[in-house]
This record gives sequence, structure tokens and C-alpha cells, in this order.
Amino acid sequence: MEWEVIFKWLPKFYQGALLTLELVGIAVVLGLILAVPLGIARASKLWYVRSLPYAYIFFFRGTPLLVQLFLVYYGLAQFDAIRDSFMWPYLRNPFWCATATMTLHTTAYIAEILRGAIQAIPPGEIEAARALGMSRAKAMFYIILPRAARIGLPAYSNEVILMLKASSLASTVTLLELTGMTRTIIARNYLTVDMFFTAGVFYLVISFLLVQAFKQVERWMRVDACQGR
Amino acid sequence: MNIDLYGFGPALAAGALMTVKLALCALCLGLVLGLLGALAKTSPYKPLQWLGGAYSTLVRGVPELLWVLLMYYGTVTLMSALGEAFGNPELALTPFAAGVIALGLCFGAYATEVFRGAILAIPKGHREAGVALGMSKVRIFTRLIMPQMWRIALPGLGNLFMILMKDTALVSVISLEEIMRQAQNAVLFSKLPFTFYLVAAFMYLGLTVLAMTGMHFLEKRAARGFVRTT
Repeated sequence: MEWEVIFKWLPKFYQGALLTLELVGIAVVLGLILAVPLGIARASKLWYVRSLPYAYIFFFRGTPLLVQLFLVYYGLAQFDAIRDSFMWPYLRNPFWCATATMTLHTTAYIAEILRGAIQAIPPGEIEAARALGMSRAKAMFYIILPRAARIGLPAYSNEVILMLKASSLASTVTLLELTGMTRTIIARNYLTVDMFFTAGVFYLVISFLLVQAFKQVERWMRVDACQGR
Repeated sequence: MNIDLYGFGPALAAGALMTVKLALCALCLGLVLGLLGALAKTSPYKPLQWLGGAYSTLVRGVPELLWVLLMYYGTVTLMSALGEAFGNPELALTPFAAGVIALGLCFGAYATEVFRGAILAIPKGHREAGVALGMSKVRIFTRLIMPQMWRIALPGLGNLFMILMKDTALVSVISLEEIMRQAQNAVLFSKLPFTFYLVAAFMYLGLTVLAMTGMHFLEKRAARGFVRTT
């Protein structure tokens, strides 16, 4: 291990890690917001409400993120209508393409988590809410969603870690996040193993910190108190 | 709707075959690694437990893409040194071998947890019964634990295989001619990125559906002793 060289390049790695965090942060927060209506619709008993979210989730979970990324970043340029539209400055930018694709991708996964959580709520609790005279919307906001949030939280934290790792794909559309930065550094100093090792340590540290943070959130939301009965 | 593939149909089909080959090879390696990892993690020996835990934690904490790149670009010096010792200095991992090792490694790390859960889910009495019958440790594992473990581990492994299938797209980065790479080649020629990447996406969807059907039958078969027919 060439520790001196590693130390010399640390600021660059740090810069890459920041971009990685930015990508993941935007994707998982926006994804969560978008996933709530999608997950609720997916858990619906009506087939015509359920089918569109189902198709969306099926497509985004059944194809690799890399394909989706290329479809958005390289693919959309095929259409003149998009090239002439006001969206083009954004869709030409790899950062916005990567965040948009990752958001759409993770939305599908989070929606599926949410559906599982909603369906895992004991039906008696929802019936109790309805029996107390709560409207459907009220039961959804005060009973179903808070309950589903606690059931789904551990799976959501898994998804965030998966997105952290998936963000390395953004390097294939020329973004200099942690992996992209590492490859640029390797092109400069040819220390392949050492540099990938450093990047790996960065990813490990980030995922460790995220896991600890989610443990805190679970404690704060008192997830374990809702388990058992 | 008629899709014009500009004569790239056979190339894409060859890519699909390569993807399937890659996924199956990585699956084999991953299953072996996962079993070993789970055995290490559930063994009574501290160092082995530590080793299994370190494997699954380290590999799962680092992106798959990084493993693929590391396996391909990072092993050049090592492999040529190894080749030097055996009189073949041009020795290097092919993209296929590097892809199989990297994806197998990642699959194995996740499979470790699945297998461990399955082993722990088997009632303790079964193992004790084996001990009482005078069976050796190896025999208890192959005759009692393994056959029961598969049924419990199968749904988890199925999910992992679906993830593995999609991760094979990453190996296109080290220029293995699988679906994604063939689509990229076609795009270079035809300048129709959306069309070809969409075709690639639907090929992956098709493979996923195939894998799902296969898993359905496997799970049905594995559970055949557990279905009440009355």
C-alpha cells in the first residue's frame, strides 16, 4: 500500500464522496415522496388503480439501473422534440439525468416496500379506526401511514444502502462521484488496487454511518415498541 | 409495431446468451461461497465466525461496480506475477472470468445471510436427532440440514438471482459482449440510443420473467411435501 499517495489524493476522494452523498440524498428523499402515492395506489383493491403502479414498478425493478440510466442520458437525445424543449438544458446534464433516473428507480422499490408495509398492518387496526368513525382519508393519515412507516423503515434503510452502492453507476455517465473520481485518479497514478481500496473504505464508512443513523431514527420512531403485538 | 434492429438482432441474441451464461456461472460460484460463508458464520469456532462475518459485511458494503472494476483492472499485476511463475507472462483474467468472480463474490455475500437464516430456521431437534443416531457432522449437514435448508432459502435466493441478473449489465463496463455492450455497439452504428436501450431493457425484463417462472416451479417442487391436499 502506498499510503502517502493515498493521503495525497484524499481531498479528491472526499470531493467524490460528497457528490455521491448528494446523488443518493436527492434520490432517496424525492423517491420517498413520490413513492407514497404510488405505494398507496399499488396496495389498492381496485384493479384499475393498481395496474398502472404495478406496471411502473415491474419495469423499474425488472431492468438494470444501468440500462435506465443510458436510456435517459443517451436515449432521450434521439427525439428532436425533447432536444428542442425547455427541459433539454437539464436532460443534457449528467447530474440531473443521474438523479432523475435514480429517483425513478428507487421510487419503484420504495413503493413496493410501502405496499408490503401497508398490507402487513393487522386489518383489525384499520377496522378499529373505521369503527371509530374516521373517514378513509383520516384513517390513511393517522393510522395506516404512520404504522406502515414503522413497518417499512428497516427495509427503507436497506434501500438507501442499496442506492448508495447503485450511485456508483453514475460514473458511467461521466459524473465524478466516488467511483468516477477513483477511476480518474487511477488514470493519473496507475495505482489501481490502492485507489479502489480507498474508495471501498469510503463506501464502507458511509454505509456504516448510514446504518447507525437509521438505528437512531428507528429508536426515535420507537419501531420496536410497535412490533410484537 | 415493427422495430427495425438494423441487423443487430443476432448480436443482441448472442448478448442475451452471454448474459445468461455469466449469470449462471456467477450463480454457481456464489452458491458455493454463500454456503461456505453461512457454514463459517454458524460454526462454533470464533475465527471462522469472524471470517464469515467479515466476508459478508465487507463485500456487501462496497458497490458491485467497484468489485467488477477491481477484479478486472486490479488483478493485472497479480495475474502477470502468477503467470511469470508458471512461464506465461501474458496471463490475465478475461472480462468473463473477472465478471464471474466479481458477481459471484457479491452474490455469495448476500447468499451467506440467506443460508444462515435458513440453517438457523431448522429446528435444533433435527440436529440433535442426528447426533443421537451417531451420524457424523458432515453427514448431519448433507443428509439432514441441507435438504431442508433449500426450501427455506429458495425465495431469498430467487430474489438474489434476479438482482444478479440485472447486475450482469455492469460487466459491460469491462467490455464483455453481453446485452448491454451489444446495445452500445448497435447505438454507435445506428445513432438510435433510445430504441436499442429500450430493446435491451425489454430483453432484461424477459429474462427476469423467465427467472421468476423458473423460481415459481422450483419453489413449488421444494414445497411439495408441505402442501395440504385435503
